[in-house]
Amino acid sequence: MQFCARLLRRQLLLAVRRPLEIGNPLLFFAMVVALFPLGLGPSPDTLAGFAPGVLWITALLSNLLTSDGVFRSDFEDGSLEQLLLAPQPLFLSVLAYIGAHWLTTGLLLAVVSPLFALMLNLPVQGIAALVASLLVGTAVLSLVGGIGAALTVGLKRGGMLISLLILPLYMPVLIFGSAAVQAAVGGLPVAPYLAILGAMLCLAIALAPLAMAAGLRISIDA
Amino acid sequence: MPGEISGSPVLAARSLCLERGGRELFRDLSFDICGGQLWQIEGANGAGKTSLLRILCGLSRYGFGGRVERRAPLLYLGHQSALKALLTPRENLALHVSGDGRYAGHQIESALARVGLYGYEDVASHTLSAGQHRRVNLARLLLSDAALWLLDEPFTAIDKAGVQELQALLGSHVAGGGAVVMTSHQALDVPCDVRYLNLGAGQRA
Repeated sequence: MQFCARLLRRQLLLAVRRPLEIGNPLLFFAMVVALFPLGLGPSPDTLAGFAPGVLWITALLSNLLTSDGVFRSDFEDGSLEQLLLAPQPLFLSVLAYIGAHWLTTGLLLAVVSPLFALMLNLPVQGIAALVASLLVGTAVLSLVGGIGAALTVGLKRGGMLISLLILPLYMPVLIFGSAAVQAAVGGLPVAPYLAILGAMLCLAIALAPLAMAAGLRISIDA
Repeated sequence: MPGEISGSPVLAARSLCLERGGRELFRDLSFDICGGQLWQIEGANGAGKTSLLRILCGLSRYGFGGRVERRAPLLYLGHQSALKALLTPRENLALHVSGDGRYAGHQIESALARVGLYGYEDVASHTLSAGQHRRVNLARLLLSDAALWLLDEPFTAIDKAGVQELQALLGSHVAGGGAVVMTSHQALDVPCDVRYLNLGAGQRA
């Protein structure tokens, strides 16, 4: 546990030393959200109807953009070899990596999402559901993305492959995430959707680290 | 602690074989590495020295024949320095991913001073030279209490004085009951017996 805290601190310190990498997904989010009024027309009613789906898809894509790099720099400088040789269980180590990734991407995205929601004219009653579903949902996305990152870290150009590997697994999160926001906008209860997202998170926390650990061992072995 | 396991094998390899690209690098390689021994793996470029070390430390798990038993905590230093350029040497050691961290601040300071990095503790590692990166890793040798050291070309990029100090360090580790397995192309000048494992010949020399 102490070891996990140390890894988490290391990853956060590295992220803070390179603020551009924290800012990039947020900028990407802002840019893509700004594209939709241009493509769909600026009518506030049209935008409000599309807003839950647009916000969720954009969050998903910006998460996909960053998950490729979770283990990449550690692979390149040999830190990953040392991590694999560490006596601590790899299960917990990769959880610490993903935790740091979520704190610097998903959490920030969820926090700034109300701003973008207002840009797309999302009704105010949907904003709390948006933040809550993004908080839980992006954690699932980070965990699933970590599996793709672990499997493709040994490849020179894993960017396209990782999308093909993990986008199908992102779909359930997208379905229930945007459904939660739509339910809130329509005045329906949000709790069932969040409960399902929570169940997905529990499943991902239990299983994704196993897959990541195996993926890393394969990538290092090759 | 190294002293307690002196004499008993810390690592046992049984009939290791490896084939890469249709070429047999070694076959039926069996040996016991005990505390108090220093082993130097020799062989031409491409003879499989690094592959053998990766098999011994457990990074390579498939694609080779035979069995390796590890009975003591080990420390592996590979070709790559595993240092984060954005962290200072002090942070690199204190937050090292190998998990043998938890050193007190003064331990790290004295280890860095002993490897000649006094005054460089708190500068970003990307301003350091390749040799200084290697030296930060040597500080890990000083801090670690692992009984078995697996070192891949530890003298690379290190200056003459540094090589002398490292050889003295290897000697004192072995004298303290630890074991060292290393690859190097230079002749060692250490105050203990060196056992050779020659991969070119395919068997113990």
